[in-house]
Amino acid sequence: MTLALPAGPTPAPRRQIFVGTALACVAGTMLIGGQLAIWALIRDRAVEAGERFPAKFEIPEVASNVMLMTLYALCLFAQWTVWSAKRGDRMHVGLSLGIVGLMGVAFVNAQAYVYHRMEMPIADGGYPGMFYAITGTMLALVIIGLVFTAITAFRALGGRSGELELVASHALYWYFVAAAFSGVWFLVYVTK
Amino acid sequence: MTTIESSPDAVGAARGESAIGSFPVALAAWLTSTDHKRIGRMFLGGSFVGLAATAALGLVLGIERVDGGDVLIDSGAIPQLFQLYRFGLVSATLIPLGIGLSIAVVPLQLGARSLAFPRLALAGFYGWLAGLVLLVVGLANNGGIGGGDADMVDLFLAGHVLMAIGLIAAAVSIATSVLTTRAPGMSMRRVPLFSWSALITAIGALLSLPVLVGALVFLFVDHRNARVVFGGNVGIGDWIGWAFTQPATYVFALPAVGVAAELLPVTFGRRQVMRGVVYTGLALVGVAALSAVTQQNVHSLPWSGSGLDTDELGTKFDDFVPFALFNLLPVLGVLIVMAIGALTAKGARPSITSPFLFSFLGVGMILVGMLGGVLYPIDDLGLQGTVFEEGVLVYVVYGTVLSVMGGVVYWAPKLWGRAFPDKPVMGLAGLGLIATVLASLPYYAAGFADQPAASPTYEYGGPAELWNALVLLGHALMLLTVLAFAGLGAKALRRDDRPGDDPWDAQTVEWTTTSPAPFDNYAEVPVISSAEPALDRKASEQPS
Repeated sequence: MTLALPAGPTPAPRRQIFVGTALACVAGTMLIGGQLAIWALIRDRAVEAGERFPAKFEIPEVASNVMLMTLYALCLFAQWTVWSAKRGDRMHVGLSLGIVGLMGVAFVNAQAYVYHRMEMPIADGGYPGMFYAITGTMLALVIIGLVFTAITAFRALGGRSGELELVASHALYWYFVAAAFSGVWFLVYVTK
Repeated sequence: MTTIESSPDAVGAARGESAIGSFPVALAAWLTSTDHKRIGRMFLGGSFVGLAATAALGLVLGIERVDGGDVLIDSGAIPQLFQLYRFGLVSATLIPLGIGLSIAVVPLQLGARSLAFPRLALAGFYGWLAGLVLLVVGLANNGGIGGGDADMVDLFLAGHVLMAIGLIAAAVSIATSVLTTRAPGMSMRRVPLFSWSALITAIGALLSLPVLVGALVFLFVDHRNARVVFGGNVGIGDWIGWAFTQPATYVFALPAVGVAAELLPVTFGRRQVMRGVVYTGLALVGVAALSAVTQQNVHSLPWSGSGLDTDELGTKFDDFVPFALFNLLPVLGVLIVMAIGALTAKGARPSITSPFLFSFLGVGMILVGMLGGVLYPIDDLGLQGTVFEEGVLVYVVYGTVLSVMGGVVYWAPKLWGRAFPDKPVMGLAGLGLIATVLASLPYYAAGFADQPAASPTYEYGGPAELWNALVLLGHALMLLTVLAFAGLGAKALRRDDRPGDDPWDAQTVEWTTTSPAPFDNYAEVPVISSAEPALDRKASEQPS
C-alpha cells in the first residue's frame, strides 16, 4: 500500500491532437525547407557553371499556378469546416470536408498532368530526379492530408462533428501544406 | 490523503490480460503494447544490443588498426565496417538510448496516465528497427557510402529514411506528451529536468531529422537513376555526414545531461535552485540542432594563421557566429547545468548512489567530448579527416551510454519493480569510465599526429600502435561493461526482494506511485503544487 499525493480532478484536455499536428507541421516545414535549400544550392552551382536549369524541359506553368490556387482555396474550405464544427452544423462540416477532399484530389490530378506534359524521363540527367524528388515529397504531403481529411470526415459523419480540435488540426495541416507548396511553387516552378 | 492500491497485475487483470498467458500471447501483448514503459524498454533493449554490437565492431576494427589491416576481415570490407561502426554509434546507440529512456520515464514524471500518441511511438520504434536492419543489410552487402552494389546503396539510403521517420514519430510523441499531458498544477516551470531535456531533444530531432530525410530522398532518387548531381555513391557522405557527427549528436546526448541534472538535487537532498537557469542551460545544448541548417563542419576563425588578421572582418564574423552558436553554446549549456548543480549542492552532504555516479561520470565524458568538438572544426588545426573526430564521437556516445545506464538504474524500480544492486553497479560505473577514456582519449593524441580516419593503416611518428591498442582495449571494456550491466539487470529481475516506492528519497512525482508503476501509472491523477511534489508529500507527512 502506498501513500500518495491527493488526487486531482481529471486534467482538462490540452489540445493533444492540435499540438501533435503542429509539431508534425514543424517537421514538415524542415523537410520541405531542407529540400528547397538543396534545390537552391544545386541550381546556383548549375547557373555558375553556365548551364540552364532546367536544361531542356518545359514546365507547364498554368497547371502549377492552378495547383497553388487550389491549395489556397482548399484552406478556405478547411476553415469553413472549423467554422461549421464550432456551430455544430454537421451538414456543412460534411460538405466542406467533401470539397476539401475533392480539391486535394484535384491537386494530385494536376501534379499528374504536369508530369505527363513534361514527358521527362527520370534518368535523363540530374534535373529530372531532383524535380521528381521534391514534387514527389510535396505530393506525399498532400496525400497524407487527404488521409487526414478522410479520417476527419469519418469521425464527423460518425456523429462527432462537434469535435473542434480535430477539424482545427485538419485545417492547420492544410495551411502548412499550402505554405510549403508556396515555397515549392516559387522556387521550382517560377524561378526554376 | 489518497491511497493507491492498484498493482500492475490487478490492472492487467481488469483489462482482461492474463498474468499467466501463453508465450505467443504474452509476446504479442509486448510487441503491440501501448504502455509507454514497454515501448521505452523496447527502445532501450534494442539500443543496448546495438551498443554491444558496435563495441564488438570497434574491437574488431581496433585489431585491424593495431595489426595494419587484413587480419580478421578482408580489406575490401573495411570501409563498410567503419561506416557500420559510425552508424552503430549514432543510429543504433546514441539516438535510441535517449529516446527510449524518455518514452519510458517522461509520462511518469509528468503525472500522466499515458504517453501522447502511444501507437505513433510504437510505430516509431518499429520504423527505427526496420530501418536499422535495412541499413545493416545494405552495408553488409557492399552498400553504404562508396558501396559497389548499387541496389544495396539504395537499400542503405531507404533504411536511413525509414529510421529517421521512425525517430521523428517518436519525437512527436515525446514532445506532445510534455506539452499536453502534464498533471494539474504542473506548469512548464515545474516540469522535471529530465522531462525538459527530453522535450528539447524531441524538438531538436523535429528540426534536424526532417532535413536529413529531405536530403536522403534527393540522394535516393538521384542514385537510383542518373547519379550526376550528388556525386553518386561516393558523394552520399557529403550530404548526410553532418547528421552523424558533432554538433548534431549533442542534441541526442541531451537526455544524458538531463539525467544528471535530475539526480543532482536528489543526491544532495536539496531543492533545485535557479531552476529557470538550468532549463536555459539544457536548452542551450539543444541549439546544436540548428547545425542542421548550416551543415558547416569546418570553420576559419578570425585568429587563424599568424596573429589576428583584421582584413575582411565581416566575413570572419560570419564564420565565427555559426561556430560559436553550434560548438560553444552547447558546452556553455552543460557548464551552466553543472554550475547550478554545484550551487544546489553547496553545504549539503551528498548521498552518492550508483545512478548518480554513472550519470555524473557520463556527463563528464560528454563534456570532454564537447571540448574536443570545439577544436575539431577549426580549420587551422588540421584535424579534419583524422581520428580526432572519432575520439570526440566516442566520448559523446559512450558518455551518453554511462549516463543513460545511470537513468536505467535510477528508474528501474518504476519500470521493472526491481532495483540494481548498488555496489556492483558503482564498480561498473568505474569500469565504464575507464572504457570510455581508453576508447576515445588516445585518438585525441593520434588526431594531432594525423592518423587518418576510417583507415586500418597509418604512418606517423610517436607511439601509434599504443594509441590504437588502448582504443581497442577501451572498446573491449565497454563491451564488458554492457554485458555486465545486462547481467546485473537480469540478476535483479530474478530476485524476489522488491524496492520500496521511493527508494532514492527522490523529489519528482513518479516516486509517489507504486513500484513498478501500474499500466496507467497513477490510480488517480495527482495534483502538483511545486517542482518537487514528492518532497511536498514527505514534508506534509512529518509530524509538526
